[in-house]
Parts: sequence; structure tokens; C-alpha cells
Amino acid sequence: MSAPISQKAPGVLAASTAAEIALAAPCARLSLRARGDLAPLNAALGLTLPTRIGQVVPAGERQVICLGPDEWMIHAPSDDTAAIASACADAYATLPHSLVDVSAREVTLTIKGAHAAELLTIGCARDIDGIPVGEGRRTFFDGQTVILWRDGDTAFRMDVWNSFSGHVFDLLKTGCAELAAEHA
Amino acid sequence: MLLIHCPYCEETLPEAEFTYAGQAHIIRPENPSGQTDDQWEEFLFIRANPKGPHYERWRHFHGCGRFFNAVRDTVSDKFLTTYKAGAPRPDLSTLLPEGQK
Ligand SMILES: [Zn+2]
Repeated sequence: MSAPISQKAPGVLAASTAAEIALAAPCARLSLRARGDLAPLNAALGLTLPTRIGQVVPAGERQVICLGPDEWMIHAPSDDTAAIASACADAYATLPHSLVDVSAREVTLTIKGAHAAELLTIGCARDIDGIPVGEGRRTFFDGQTVILWRDGDTAFRMDVWNSFSGHVFDLLKTGCAELAAEHA
Repeated sequence: MLLIHCPYCEETLPEAEFTYAGQAHIIRPENPSGQTDDQWEEFLFIRANPKGPHYERWRHFHGCGRFFNAVRDTVSDKFLTTYKAGAPRPDLSTLLPEGQK
């Protein structure tokens, strides 16, 4: 069994001429569920929660993606968790919601390089080109639910549950080497 | 692989992101304790098994997480439509191509 990726130091884990896979530094991850008029939460978070599924809104060092009609994932620096939690708690009276710290649940792998999009097709049945730059999607990668963020034409981030990350990384690493051989 | 349109994501996506969730439009009894054994049997176990268009629930499990409804032809596996949970059952005559009504 492969060791959980979270035990490794952030940095490049595998690289070839096709793509590079790195472990991102830990960050705060907050799962937010709410319905109705989102204005109190927008004020608390200092951003406008996106309402189209897949849309990403960056706000300073915070970043939020809409995952479902009433569901968002917030990424922020680790030391920002308490500030977000207390601001949202103040909004609770006007807009009841659920804000859960899931920081320890997932790790983020960054995948970039000339063949990054092609590399993702080894585990993702979706048309990767259907994800515009600057957006993201929760999708399926070789049996696991992952959040895929597209930061550039050839730059992605993948949030994967820590317990599945060893498997997902091993597959990406193999693909990374195979694609390099194929395009050599 | 089937491509399924999620009415919440408004995208047509690979079947691998979805899970099947049985027949649609099964109404939970308003007053469960007032149900007879026969009514419970009907609610829990009796399902349509059509050869042709079938109203069924799906869930965009590896995506927005929502349950929604679909009309799928059980012979051809073709999805005639998908629609949000809670929306009325669409009229088959508006879904089938001319000549198959
Ligand atoms: Zn969906």
C-alpha cells in the first residue's frame, strides 16, 4: 500500500518532459452549504459566492469554487481559518448555514506541463477541454471524487481525499512517464 | 459510455460521474402510520419494469451531488430528457420523435 501523500514534504513528486506533479503546501479547506439570499455570507467572506456550478471566485488569498446549487469549497491560507469561521458565525443569525473545516481531509496535487491535460484523461472521462481556464469542476478520477481546478491551459490543481491520494498519485506518476515516452 | 445531461450543472457528462437511483415519482405517504400492509408493499417494492421509456432517478454523484430525474428508453439506453427533482413528470408525447408516439 502506498503511503499517504500528506506524509511527504510539499514540492515536486514526479516530473517528465510531459508533465510535472507536485504536492501543494497545506491550506485551509472549508466546505460551505447554504441556501437563500447569500448576501450575509458574501459580506462575511469579503467576496461574492459564485452561483454557477464550476465557477471560481478569487478574493485576495481566498478562493472559492461553486460545487453544487447550495455547496461551495473555500481555500485560504491555513492561518485564515479562525477569521473565516468567526465571520461566518456572525452571519449565522441572518442566514443559517453549515461551514465545516475539512482541511485535513484532502491534499492538493498540482499538475502542469505541456501534456498536463492529456495526462488527466487517463483517469477522467470528462472532456478536459470543456473546463475553461479559471474555473474548476468536481469530477471523477479513476474511482475517486476529486475537485479539478484549471489555472491555465497546461496548469491544473487536483484536490483528492488524503486516503486515496497515494493511489491517484501513483497513477499520475505512471502516466507522466508513459506520456513522456510516447511524445519522445 | 453514455453521456448524461445534468440539469443542475447544465452540462452533458460521462456516465461514470453518475449513479442510478431507481424509479422516479414514487411518492412517500403523507401519513405513514395510516398505511395498510398492501399500501406499504406497493410503496416499497412494486416498481414498473417497462420495455421502453422509463421515468427514473439519477444522482450526479461525482459532481454537484444532486438527485434528478430522467426519462430513459430501456431498449435503446437513450436518454429522452433529464429534469430537476421536484419538476413535473414530462409528457412522453413531447419527448418521442414523430412516428414513435
Ligand atoms: Zn450536476
